[in-house]
Amino acid sequence: MKIVVCVKQTPDSEAKLTAQNGQPSWGDAPLVINPFDEYAVEGALQQKEAVDASVTALCIGPEAARDALKHALAMGADEAILVSDPALEELDSAGAARILAAAIQKIGDADLVFFGRQTIDNGTGLVPAQVARVLGWPLLSLVGAMTVEGAEIKVERTIEEGKQIARAKLPAVLSIMQSVGEPRYPSFMGIRKAGKATIPVWTLADLGIAAPAQAVWRAELLNPPAHDSHCEIIKADSPEAIAEALVEKILAEKVL
Amino acid sequence: MDFSLSPEQLMAQKMVRDFSQKEIAPIIKDYDRKQEPIPFMLKRMGELGILGICFPVRYGGQGMDYLSLGLACEELEALDTALRVAMSVHTGLCGMTLLQWGTAEQKRRLLTPLASGAKIGCGAFTEPGMGSDVAAMQTSARREGDVYLLNGEKMWISLAGVADYALVTARTDALAQKPSQALSTFLVDLNSPGVTRGNLHGKLGVRAGSTGWIAFQDVQVPLENRLGHEGEGFKITMSAFDHGRYTVASGATGLIRASLVASVAYAHERQAFGKAIGEYQLIQQKIAQMAQDYEVARLLYWQVGWMKNQGQRPTLQTSYAKKFATEASFEAANQAIQIYGAYGFSDEYDPERYLRNSRGAIIYEGSSEIQTLIQAGYALGEREDKPLRCELPAYDETFWQEN
Repeated sequence: MKIVVCVKQTPDSEAKLTAQNGQPSWGDAPLVINPFDEYAVEGALQQKEAVDASVTALCIGPEAARDALKHALAMGADEAILVSDPALEELDSAGAARILAAAIQKIGDADLVFFGRQTIDNGTGLVPAQVARVLGWPLLSLVGAMTVEGAEIKVERTIEEGKQIARAKLPAVLSIMQSVGEPRYPSFMGIRKAGKATIPVWTLADLGIAAPAQAVWRAELLNPPAHDSHCEIIKADSPEAIAEALVEKILAEKVL
Repeated sequence: MDFSLSPEQLMAQKMVRDFSQKEIAPIIKDYDRKQEPIPFMLKRMGELGILGICFPVRYGGQGMDYLSLGLACEELEALDTALRVAMSVHTGLCGMTLLQWGTAEQKRRLLTPLASGAKIGCGAFTEPGMGSDVAAMQTSARREGDVYLLNGEKMWISLAGVADYALVTARTDALAQKPSQALSTFLVDLNSPGVTRGNLHGKLGVRAGSTGWIAFQDVQVPLENRLGHEGEGFKITMSAFDHGRYTVASGATGLIRASLVASVAYAHERQAFGKAIGEYQLIQQKIAQMAQDYEVARLLYWQVGWMKNQGQRPTLQTSYAKKFATEASFEAANQAIQIYGAYGFSDEYDPERYLRNSRGAIIYEGSSEIQTLIQAGYALGEREDKPLRCELPAYDETFWQEN
């Protein structure tokens, strides 16, 4: 069985997002593997142990995104592939899905594709569904537990009303919830393996597709309006006088 | 000169940091207040391979280099000193000394369970009446056939109550002309008949760590558990301190960092006279000093880690690193308390724990006074490193990582 787990490199979860000149800024936050994707890697590694699967981590990003893949390798993934191309700097979720689907097809023979439930930077949560759509495979979203049974997978989905048990035929795309279990720490053996691993880089030419046209783009990002409040203590000789002054203030401020 | 860490070292550093933050940070204050060791600490550190980080895979270790040991200690003590103390005595004093002085058979038999974390080791040198004056040790080991009979008491021993093995130095020759020839070192199974031990309470700091005493009454130690030759105990003990002090130095560097990080956060947050206190030069001066001390301490222990990797003996450099980092960690914690003001005086906040935890390291594993004498000895030409019969092997990535 072959599992492809898609990961993204994002700012650290403690990073603070601000708008600067209409563009997002994460300050000097360190870049890490998207925290939700760590759960996807954990889920894939649990399946690797349960059904003797191989796990390939896949990422779209610049050269520096290798670090996110190395983290997946250090956790226990067998292989990692980076898709990197200057033409991919601006991608919307549908574009990312097309690229990932092409890479998954190039990897070949995948039975399962795992995603984190969303990324912490853009956070659309759309890519798993869009990849499933491009590949024409079933999507099982918000999965908290799973069992592979022959050519099918049975999952427990976390939905608002409670839990739902669903089944799908393989190959399938899954988005993974935190209830899959805390992501394991990288082992030192994994760290040594990841440190030495050569991670192949695929360009658009390698995938044999053109850069997807951007359908959605972020025109401007605005900071939430700053709340300016001040406190004033009304002083007067009697409670009645204080109440009267308060009423006058409230009326003057047009609160009532 | 290359001051960059390798991807492996960076990942190892992050892994140890994540472990400390996720599993120890939420509970450390409770255990420190209760003066109880964290029950799962050693087991988890063993499972995760931290206890055996720098030992060859063939001896049950994780195959990382000696600098990674220092990086791990920095991360651990940035959270709490109790975590780093475990590394100092298990990995530094006990494991590294076995790696340096053990025969191939001893490394297979004795180092492997320690490096894998299956067994816990500690170092037992200090006695109720002796600390710095190693040659004045009273614990004796008398050879009778194929065993030594061990008698005496060791005190202020970290992990005494929980360790499976202790590296013990004892007097084997009461009549030796030079005190330094009178000692021998053994790896003692603490579950042997005749061993009694207990914990010490009421310590100023490291209250979530276990410190105790071990008494030996006619404890039989098999000949094959003697490390090195008879009479080499003084040299072996000094080697053990080279390794232990390296972990103390790198750990204290983490403690400086912890005080610095806490101080910076509070200086941004706390307002006085209409602005954040970090905007005042008197606060900036304290923070700048911590930042500088952190940098110096880190460079000093990195130098030791590098020298160890190269197979050079860093006794003097370790002394610089240990003295500087431990003293600076005390001062950093003290100034962090000052920055926190009244809150710094409360155990609701971390700096008071940092201060209490920093104090012991200025005494143990060679007090600052002993470090000063060592440094003066080298500077005045009265002391030089003579080759040892067994040197710590240089880090060899291939040898370390082969099964």
